[in-house]
Order: sequence, then C-alpha cells, then structure tokens
Amino acid sequence: MGGPVKVRIDPEICQGQGRCFSIAPGIFDFDDLGNGVVIGDGTLTSDTLELARLAQSNCPEHAIFIEE
Amino acid sequence: MSDIVDESMAHKVPVQDFTSDWDHTDPRWVNDPYPIWEDLRERCPVAHTERYGGGWFPTTHEMVSSIANDTEHFTSRMVVVVNNKYPPNFIPAPIGGAPPITSDPPFHSIARRVILPAFAPGPVNALEPQIRALCNKHLDQMAGHEFVDGGMDYAQFIPPGVISTMLGFPPEDDEIFRDIVHLVLDLIDLPSEVRGPLFEPMSEYFTKQIDDHIENPRDDLTSYLLNVEVGGRKLERQHVAGTMVLILVAGIDTTWSAIGSAIWHLARHPEDLARLVNEPELIPVAVEEFLRFYAPVTMARLVAEDYEFFGCPMKKDDWVLLGFPAANRDPKAFADADRFIVDRAVNRHAAFGLGIHRCVGSNLARLELRVAIEEFITRFPRFELAESDAVTWAPGQVRGPRQLPLRILP
Repeated sequence: MGGPVKVRIDPEICQGQGRCFSIAPGIFDFDDLGNGVVIGDGTLTSDTLELARLAQSNCPEHAIFIEE
Repeated sequence: MSDIVDESMAHKVPVQDFTSDWDHTDPRWVNDPYPIWEDLRERCPVAHTERYGGGWFPTTHEMVSSIANDTEHFTSRMVVVVNNKYPPNFIPAPIGGAPPITSDPPFHSIARRVILPAFAPGPVNALEPQIRALCNKHLDQMAGHEFVDGGMDYAQFIPPGVISTMLGFPPEDDEIFRDIVHLVLDLIDLPSEVRGPLFEPMSEYFTKQIDDHIENPRDDLTSYLLNVEVGGRKLERQHVAGTMVLILVAGIDTTWSAIGSAIWHLARHPEDLARLVNEPELIPVAVEEFLRFYAPVTMARLVAEDYEFFGCPMKKDDWVLLGFPAANRDPKAFADADRFIVDRAVNRHAAFGLGIHRCVGSNLARLELRVAIEEFITRFPRFELAESDAVTWAPGQVRGPRQLPLRILP
C-alpha cells in the first residue's frame, strides 16, 4: 500500500490555459492572474482520480502531475 | 480600404509550390489551408518562402510547441508577417508596438502581469449576462428572416461590443474598430509607404480615447492602464496605447472568426447541430473541438540570430509563421486529427498558443464563443448554408468566415 495519490500543478509550467479548473472545478481553482491552482493539498480519492487524469490529459502545457 | 487590398492582391504571383514559396494570403490557402498543411507536414515538414523578406512555416505540433517555448532563438518583436520588417513607425524593445504580445523576456512578464487580472476568470465570467444580452439584441434583428448572414449579421458584432465596454470606448465606434483590425491584420501586403499613413487615423483615435480617459477617469480597462503602477511608476503612454491596440485587435476578429467558424460547421453538419440543441451541457466540450479544428489564429516570430532548426538554416530576422491551427491537425498529436469529433474528451489543442504568450483573452474568448453558440442555436435550432459558394474567408493570420449566408429552416 502506497501513500495517498496527489495532484499538483507546476507553477513554472502553467500558463493559465484554464482547462483544469473548467474540467474539474472541484479539484482545481484559479488565482488572481488566472493560473491554475490545486484546491487543498491535492489528495485524490478513487472518485476524483479519473477527473484529475482527464484534466491532466487536456493541459496544453503538460503542467499537471499526478503522483502516487 | 477593401479596394486597396483587392488591388494589392491582384498583383501577386499565385503560389505553384507551397514547400518553397508559401504565402498565407494565396487564395488557395485562404479558402482551404488544411490540405496544403497536410501535404507540407508529410513532405517537408518545414516550408520556406522568399516572400515577405524570407520566412519559414513549420507544420508539426512538436515544432510549433518547440518554437513557442523558445524565446531565446525566436523573438516576438513582430508577430504579424508584413512586407517590411521594422517599418518607420516600429517601436523597439522592450515595450514593442503592442505589449506584451510584442515583448520578449524579461519585460514581457511585467507587461503581461499588468493585464492578466482583468482577463482572469473572475472578472471575465461577470460579463456573461452582458454578452448574452448582446447576442440576443442581434438575434432579435435577425428573427423572422429566412435568409440571414451568420457573419455579417451576428458574429462580427459580438466581440467589438464586449471589448468596447471593457476599454470604455463608445460602442457605436465598432465600425472604426473593424477598420483598425482590417488594417493591422489584413492589409499586410501593401508597400510601407502606402500602409504607414493608414495608421495615422488609428493613432489619432487612441490619442483621443486616452485624453478623454485622463480627463474623465472611469471604471474601465483604459483608466486602469493609465493609473496602474509597476515598481512605483505609471506605465508610459506609449505602453498604454500599445496594450490598447493589442486588446482591440486581438480581441475582435479572432473571436469573431471562431464564432463564425462554429456556425459554419453547424450549418454543414446537422447531426452535430441537433446534438448540441438536445444536449446543451455538451457545448463547453464542443467549444474546445471548434477551437482545435478551426483555430483562427496564427502568430509569427522573427529568428533572433542565425539558428539551425530541425536542419533548416534559419537566418536572423527570417519570419517564422507559427501555425497553431496546423499543429492542431497533426496526427502525431491528436487521434483522428482530421475528424471533427463534437464530444472529443481529450483535447490538448494549442488554439490559444503555447508558452509564455498564451492568449491573455482566452477565458473571454471561450465565454463569448460558448454564449454566442448557445444563444444562436436556441434561437435557430435548424439552419443550413444558403449558398456554399458565397462563403468568404478572412485572409492572413486570423482565419474565419466573413460572408456566411444561411437559410433558417422551420
């Protein structure tokens, strides 16, 4: 058994394309500049993992990382 | 102005071979660029031209992404391909003619941070009721007619209405805005001695608006730009004017083109139209596919210093036409790249560019596109092209239908 699955956005890579918080508004939000941010500590459940993966696969900048 | 451009185009030599002589204003490219790009991608994949003083056109997603993310070898000093690089009215770095799109690091991020908050989802989403009302105002005027024009009666009015409100310009000036856009983006082939003076009325218009906002400050983007401080100093007037030009030019025929292309698609694909009418919750997903498949915007870069790129000997100041629309059709980057899939779930398109110059207005463009489609298909759930031959396309780096005659079906 590993630890919790977590999602993070690399702020150096994110350009504010806005796909993550549109697709998965419960997992991602935006800051004052419109860049994506993860809500809370990014821990994913079996319910939210698939949606986080969908957001990841739609990020044009490849800025979303899911780590187990 | 259209007479001038028609005359200048008439003197052009038609392209025989796009691999060695590409021209994005050639009628074949303007009418249907996709087969040309597909051919280039298979055979080249970087096309070259001696036109416009020399330039390159890479066609794969990998190359486009690589250039967009390489601000060391490719500069944004000029982003619209014209015949005369560095014309007499050229504003050099670091500000550039229209910051931040014409700026390079490190000044770029300073100019960009100034305007990002105004285009973040919070303030942009607040505009939704106003955009919806604007759409309905024009739909009301179209109601009851069997024949309407999706471009001239509808798409062209939505973005200028929104942008003029944001900048605090008189909305009745939207004809002036479209003339400015036409000059900057379409009239690129004119000799500089003809093109240069055409910019004077535009400069005068912006001078007038800035003076008016200095005298009568109000709650809009122009007053914000005039008063915002960076490092304890207000922006130079030239910077403010340049950013206003950018917002006006980049905010108008881009989204106008995207709305027009979406309507053009739906007019030709009744199955997709019926699906969106019956499942409006699918529209945000469809918006991303409209953006991928009909991405309106191609940007340009200049080569900063002599540089070999994928075996191509690029010379300092060569143009590079950065084809985000071509990247969006690359089969190596997208499954079934040449098929429009209305419910495509995985869609990593590059319609708003990639890297540090990602379209600042992307949240606004998406909102306008979604609302414009929602309202149009609610009002007109069935329509088709009235005459397919009559559809005309904007030339150059922003592509979308201009004349779009439709027949509204019962």
